[in-house]
Parts: sequence; C-alpha cells; structure tokens
Amino acid sequence: MSNEVLSISDVKVGQELPARTIHISRADLVQYTGASLDRNRIHWDEHFARSVGLPDVIAHGMFTMGSAINVVSDWVGDAGRVVEYSTRFTKPVVVPYEIGADVEVTAVVKAVDVQTGRATVELTAMCGTDKVLGRALAVVILG
Amino acid sequence: MAVNASFTGRTYPAIAPYAVGREKIREFAEAVGATDVVHTDQAQARARGYRDVIAPPTFAVLIAQQCDQQLIVDPEAGIDFSRVVHAEQRFVHHRPITAGDEIVGVLTVDSVREVGGHAMVTTSSQLSTTEGEPVCTATSTLVIRGGE
Repeated sequence: MSNEVLSISDVKVGQELPARTIHISRADLVQYTGASLDRNRIHWDEHFARSVGLPDVIAHGMFTMGSAINVVSDWVGDAGRVVEYSTRFTKPVVVPYEIGADVEVTAVVKAVDVQTGRATVELTAMCGTDKVLGRALAVVILG
Repeated sequence: MAVNASFTGRTYPAIAPYAVGREKIREFAEAVGATDVVHTDQAQARARGYRDVIAPPTFAVLIAQQCDQQLIVDPEAGIDFSRVVHAEQRFVHHRPITAGDEIVGVLTVDSVREVGGHAMVTTSSQLSTTEGEPVCTATSTLVIRGGE
C-alpha cells in the first residue's frame, strides 16, 4: 500500500473515483453494533424490526456512511485527509438473513480549490434502485 | 409536538472524558471495512505525521452519541426514543481523532422544528481534548415520528 497522498494536480472536477460494492450481511451489522455501541435491535433482531413496522432488519445509517467513505479515504491515500463528511439517510438498507444487501458506492469530484488544497467529492450509495445516502459530500485535503 | 420546542439553544454540561484507545480504533475501523493502515499501524501513522494511530472519519459518532444521549433521556425534552430515526449526520474535523486523546463533548440543541407531524431536532456536539484543543464538530438531525 502506498503512503503517497493524492496530489491536487492530479484531481479534476468531474473525475470519477474507483467505485465499490459493499456487501452487507447480518454478521457485519452485529460487528458494527458491537464496535459502535449502537445496539438498537432494529439492526440485528428481525422479530423486533418487524414488530415496529420495518420489513426486516435494517443497516445502521452510520454503518453505511462509515463504509462508503472508504472509497474517498483510499482514493486520497490517507483517511486523516477527510476533513468534512455529511449525508442524509434517505432510505433504509434492508438486510435479509439469507442474502444480505449490496450497496454500490460511486463518487465524483464536484469542486477543487487550489487556494486551500481541498477537493469536494459527492458520493452516491445505491441499494438496488434506492438511493440510501442523500447529498453525501466529503471534503479532503490533497497533497 | 413530540419534542419540547423551548429546548432550542439549550446547552448541556460536557460529558465525562472519552479515552480514545488504539484497540477501539482498530475495532471500529474493522467494523466499517476501513483498511487504511493509519488506523492500525503506529509506525505508519507516525510516518505520516500523526502522533499515533488515527480514527476513521465517522468514529466521532461514538462520542457524539453520548452527547446526544443527554437530550434523549432528558424527561423534560419529551423524546420517545422508540420513535427516533437518524435523518442527517455531518462531521467537521479540525484534526483527526488520535489514540491517546481524552475527548470531552458539549451538546447544543441547534433547533427543534415540526415537519409534517414529526419533530426534527438538530444538535451539535463540540468535541475537544481535555486541554481544550478543538477536534471535531458533529451535527446530527433526528426525526421523532409523530403519534398516530
């Protein structure tokens, strides 16, 4: 793995980042539940999830947000270069026991500021035809 | 409305310091699939100019949710936690959260408003070291679904 941070001279508005599909299983949600301490049962107990009107277990919004940003961190070459990150949670990611769920993350450079050395990247996260993150924007400091 | 509107502008006392540990960073990074060695390898992190391993960008939620919890459990606020949905989240990092940090957070209720029978509450948590160095501002919007 390279330690080189992406140079601002190599970044252009409209540039697409390498896309990634995140496969989410129940085991991933249990692991995130433990790591994040967000133990809400809608994220791991399908009986409970159904009892509150959900179709099945749903992923933590913060799991999707936290996983999606790897596309940006890996592209810039240092996770510490991600200085802003925001999103709306527009649709839940439903995670059935048998097959789990796939979230496809794409990202594109929206702005480059040579004065501050920063770039703004917009992420799109799709689960099937559902856009699960809305207005997902990350700001990175380039090399 | 399901939430006490007079809470806008309210600030809570700082939470007890959160000690950021290397193993918690490793555990969180693994849980979100963050494979950058800066989360797990001290030598690599130092080579990049950090004091120790650093946390992934959304790790701050661990501390921010402790701040939010003060509002959620406040009986005067009137929030029914079983009706809470996380609607928006934003992080502004002043510097990466680093192993060895002792972080305190101060919660402010930025707004309480009603939208279509639901209450929307936006809070911000100012996270800083116990020495007073700003680390992160975490802003979250919660929707509290209205009753039937």
